Amino acid sequence: MREFFAKLFQDKFARISFFTLVVLYLIILFANFIAPYSSSYSNRDKAYAPPSKVYTIDEKGKLSRPYTYNYIREFEPTLMQTIYKQDRSQKYYLKLLPKVGGKRHLFGVQDGGELYLLGTDINGRDVFSRLLFGGRISMTVGFLALLIVFPIGLLYGGISGYFGGIVDTLMMRFAEAVMAIPSFYLLIILAAILPTGMTSVQRFGLIVVILALIGWAGFARVVRGMVLSIKNEDFVSAAKTIGASNLRIILKHILPQTTSYVIIAMTLSIPSYILAESGLSFLGLGIQQPDASWGNMLKEAQEFTNIFYRPWLLTPGILIFIAVLSFNLLGDVIRDILDPKSQKRI
Amino acid sequence: MEFFKYISKRILQVIPLLIIVSIISFFIIRLAPIDPLAELRLNPSISQETLDKEIKRLKLDKPIYIQYISWAKSFLKGDLGYTSAGEKVSTKLKERIPNTLLLTSIVVFMTWIVGIPLGIFAAVKKETVFDRTLTVVSSVGMAIPSFFFAILLLIFAVKTGWFPVGGLTSYNFNEFSLIGKFFDLAKHLVLPTVVLFTISLSGLQRQMRANMLEVWDSDYVKFARAKGLSEFKVIFKHALRNAINPMITLLGFEFAGLLSGAALTEYVFQYPGLGRLILEAVMKSDINLVMASLMMGTIMLILGNLIADILLMLTDPRVRGTK
Repeated sequence: MREFFAKLFQDKFARISFFTLVVLYLIILFANFIAPYSSSYSNRDKAYAPPSKVYTIDEKGKLSRPYTYNYIREFEPTLMQTIYKQDRSQKYYLKLLPKVGGKRHLFGVQDGGELYLLGTDINGRDVFSRLLFGGRISMTVGFLALLIVFPIGLLYGGISGYFGGIVDTLMMRFAEAVMAIPSFYLLIILAAILPTGMTSVQRFGLIVVILALIGWAGFARVVRGMVLSIKNEDFVSAAKTIGASNLRIILKHILPQTTSYVIIAMTLSIPSYILAESGLSFLGLGIQQPDASWGNMLKEAQEFTNIFYRPWLLTPGILIFIAVLSFNLLGDVIRDILDPKSQKRI
Repeated sequence: MEFFKYISKRILQVIPLLIIVSIISFFIIRLAPIDPLAELRLNPSISQETLDKEIKRLKLDKPIYIQYISWAKSFLKGDLGYTSAGEKVSTKLKERIPNTLLLTSIVVFMTWIVGIPLGIFAAVKKETVFDRTLTVVSSVGMAIPSFFFAILLLIFAVKTGWFPVGGLTSYNFNEFSLIGKFFDLAKHLVLPTVVLFTISLSGLQRQMRANMLEVWDSDYVKFARAKGLSEFKVIFKHALRNAINPMITLLGFEFAGLLSGAALTEYVFQYPGLGRLILEAVMKSDINLVMASLMMGTIMLILGNLIADILLMLTDPRVRGTK
């Protein structure tokens, strides 16, 4: 294990990716503390407010404690638009570890001030805070789906490969049929038939299940292939001779042999779940408002006016990109270490 | 003769696959808590009588397996039913499928033209600056969510005004001359193609590089070199011919990935393809349309795999031998 990590950290990309992911997960773990606003915060008077500018040099050119100005909303009659202007009359200083509503946050602003580091969305919710809360969903959905995919895939592939014959044929035809349906088509259909009126936890759970339903077949097929070659080994015959049950042989003797493949497959497939969830939520079929996920936050970027005049609404896309990139780079290196035959990056 | 036997065997294998897929899809859709007649029920001008007729036609009062059998019968006859807006499903599909096929074939063609040489080159120049840069670039290409990339390109298109935003043709398409029509189409295709191209190129290039590296260490390549063949001949006559075979199998998978990736891209660019059709159908809970486009998507995917298998048979004598 130690050797594995030593090898992992030798690679520059792996080091950076690993560090990035650790930071991302720490941030979402402590989202309640780091985010300046709660997940239910919404300021209806400040829809689409631009990011607050934080100043450290005051108007006299002197270094000052960081401060910000509030925005005031105005209606521009010539342009027929709502515009935001800074209210320069009142400075609001930033505070470290303030107590808001009985809870301590990492940072905040003086009473009456508003601090929107990445602006606000259509409902006047702080985009920065929502990014952190949304990360909780987007970054965990992959792992949770894998928790379902792996037992199913291992058992299905294990049984199919071990018994062979008609069982194998039937099970594999079914898996192939699932794989033959374009996965994203199946995904949106499954998501669309979810009943409405669920709690957000139920919905999240079902999205995870749906993602898993798409992913298990391919995994099961590869496991089956490995089991086919393992089942003729001597130790399997030995287990059979001493009278071990079939299930025991599959679970205790054959499947553990596939561990390194399982780990590789796991790291390599997490990005695809992150992308699938964000795609679904982007279409409005995944995680629903008012809950945040990076995908459903990007839903607002579907409108032209938003992407041109409110570029801060695009930030979730950048985070998806960073997370997926880190997982991909890390996965490449892990594959090289565990599977010396593959030479992708050597 | 051997060749035709193999192909007909592969085609026969497709039939049970399609039956299982149709059963899976049918049950998913019919067991869902969606009322296929909701839209009709809400329409006050539709009488109870018409509703009853529709229920009879869809056999909604019968058990689900009878519904499936009647659906399958009419599907085989080419009768795909009507959309909830009253159009024929088959007309709708005929309109959309060629668009998706056009987009995906352009993308597959371009990724192969660019990706294969890049992969070969990266493998031959392993560990050089060129190779390392390409690895980084392809990682980036694989990590961008397709819809996000599409949005970024939309911004670019509007800011520069170089490309039309969305659709497949301009509103005055029919007034153009033949050449004008061609350029109009091409212009509309650029952005969606770029999105899908970037995403599938990265994967293809990496795979090609990996395959090439694998054969690079084999004895026959070393032998070819030892014989004193030129590097060019070693690469193209000996290494490439072996490294390309797994890529052909991959062609089928690439097609599958493209169909899925295309759905989101089509959605962002308002491209009239199959992916967007199924999305719209899903949002409107238009059951006939969803079922039919799901089947069409599946058939396209299976055909893609079939073509890849046949191609592989043509290029790889080993496959011909064993089958």
